Amino acid sequence: MAEAETQGKQVKPILPFLHISDNPDEKPYLAGSKCKSCGATYLGARMACSKCFSTEPMEDVKLSDKGELHVFSIVHQSAPGIPTPYVAAIVDLPEGVSVRCNIEGVEPDPKNLKFGMPVEMYTEIVHTDRDGNDIMAFKFRPAK
Amino acid sequence: MREVAMVGAGMIKFGRYPEKGVHELAAQAALLALQDADMTMKDVELLASGNLYQSSAMIGQRIMKEIGQTGIPVINVANACATGSTAYREAYMAVASGAYDTALAVGSEQMGKMGLLGGGGGGGGGGISPEGIVGSGLMPAVFGQAGVEHMRNYGTTEEQFAKIAVKNHKHSMHNPYSQYQVEMSLEDVMNARTIAWPNTLYMCCPTGDGAAAAVLTTMEKAKQLTTEPIKVATSTLTSDPYTERDLTMPDVNTLTKNASKLAYEDAGVGAEDLDLVELHDCFATAEMLHYENLGLCGEGEAGKLIDDKETYVGGRIPVNASGGLLSKGHPLGATGVANICEVYWHLKGQAGGRQVEGAKVGLAHVIGLGSACTIHILQK
Repeated sequence: MAEAETQGKQVKPILPFLHISDNPDEKPYLAGSKCKSCGATYLGARMACSKCFSTEPMEDVKLSDKGELHVFSIVHQSAPGIPTPYVAAIVDLPEGVSVRCNIEGVEPDPKNLKFGMPVEMYTEIVHTDRDGNDIMAFKFRPAK
Repeated sequence: MREVAMVGAGMIKFGRYPEKGVHELAAQAALLALQDADMTMKDVELLASGNLYQSSAMIGQRIMKEIGQTGIPVINVANACATGSTAYREAYMAVASGAYDTALAVGSEQMGKMGLLGGGGGGGGGGISPEGIVGSGLMPAVFGQAGVEHMRNYGTTEEQFAKIAVKNHKHSMHNPYSQYQVEMSLEDVMNARTIAWPNTLYMCCPTGDGAAAAVLTTMEKAKQLTTEPIKVATSTLTSDPYTERDLTMPDVNTLTKNASKLAYEDAGVGAEDLDLVELHDCFATAEMLHYENLGLCGEGEAGKLIDDKETYVGGRIPVNASGGLLSKGHPLGATGVANICEVYWHLKGQAGGRQVEGAKVGLAHVIGLGSACTIHILQK
């Protein structure tokens, strides 16, 4: 009789490919899809394979939370209201997928970042939307 | 396909014109191009108008309401930063196909002091923008990262990127159409505040307003109008093919490489035949990449090309004699047509103090993030 109370406030992902499980023991992860014909792997879902054009439904894959820093920029000027400076990066995951992300846990200075350095994903609540839902984002930091 | 010639060019000085409507800027440029071709709207059989931010405002038809309504077909075009050059291509295709003899291409934009731009969609869910939380899709970061990838691959330095801005600002001093005409030292560029590393303020193009126009006709008609017709040797358009990181990190290289290969084949010329290049230096880092993408030097040699000052006017292959987007400005829809006008003026010997002496073959390159790439090669 008290089940209705669980309705209402939820945790929502900032981008649709951040998968948040109903099971609180399962860590959120980046969801990908893999073409069954050519093996090309994508962040999130695709209607058909952009590489080989196969329209066969893709295989859902759970992407790794560890990757390598491909490239970055240090953003000093952004749109109004966005705090700067910060590290805007591209991280390569072992599944052959690249992710656009912020790198946290280091001072935003080129000397603190090395091409190919191992990084790991974590999540945090970054906003509350107007309906009171928590918005969860993923970020990367140097791997421990 | 028929041979197509360019017989008129016109542009207004890029800058800020808050007191004018964008269709007025566009009409002004259109009139200049028509006058240059010794024509009026009654000679035009098709109008292609490029404008990005007011792409739903029927700018093409509004131009005609200012300078002559003849009921001809009008195409309004939007293709990111390649909007103007895609409009030019529509005009080219109309003439090349044999459907029309004379076409007018106009590119225009009124950006005012619009802030930083993003490209290619990718917004977040739930009404919360991921910008700055999950990396950046804004152009300074995208082209910062593209430059950093060149650093990673070839050891290119911040100083080498800055040298490109020094060159383009120097070139702008001779271009009365340029939004900014300010010569700067390497220190001025490198000590300016960073926008998105490695690009500082003076390594980023400004926003602004502007318009440019071009008249295209058959080579046969062009020969009746002038003893020195300028041939449009190719009008090439590509989009980004599948590459591994493209969906996350816009790949600005592959589609330009593909376009240059197709363009050189179509025009029957090679990079070594070019006398000048106007390329899409929205950021200093972008120009570095396109030296290689356009085959002006070998892979990994772009840093040396600017170190050796080979892309200065007077060098082996002058690039962005106009001052480039960095100085001349980048009113998105106008840029693609303006780049082609610049090449046209050099081939006609009308480029004033920035003239590349004896120029016979020139290339104009534009890339719009999302992505679209155009290459036009003009030939005397």
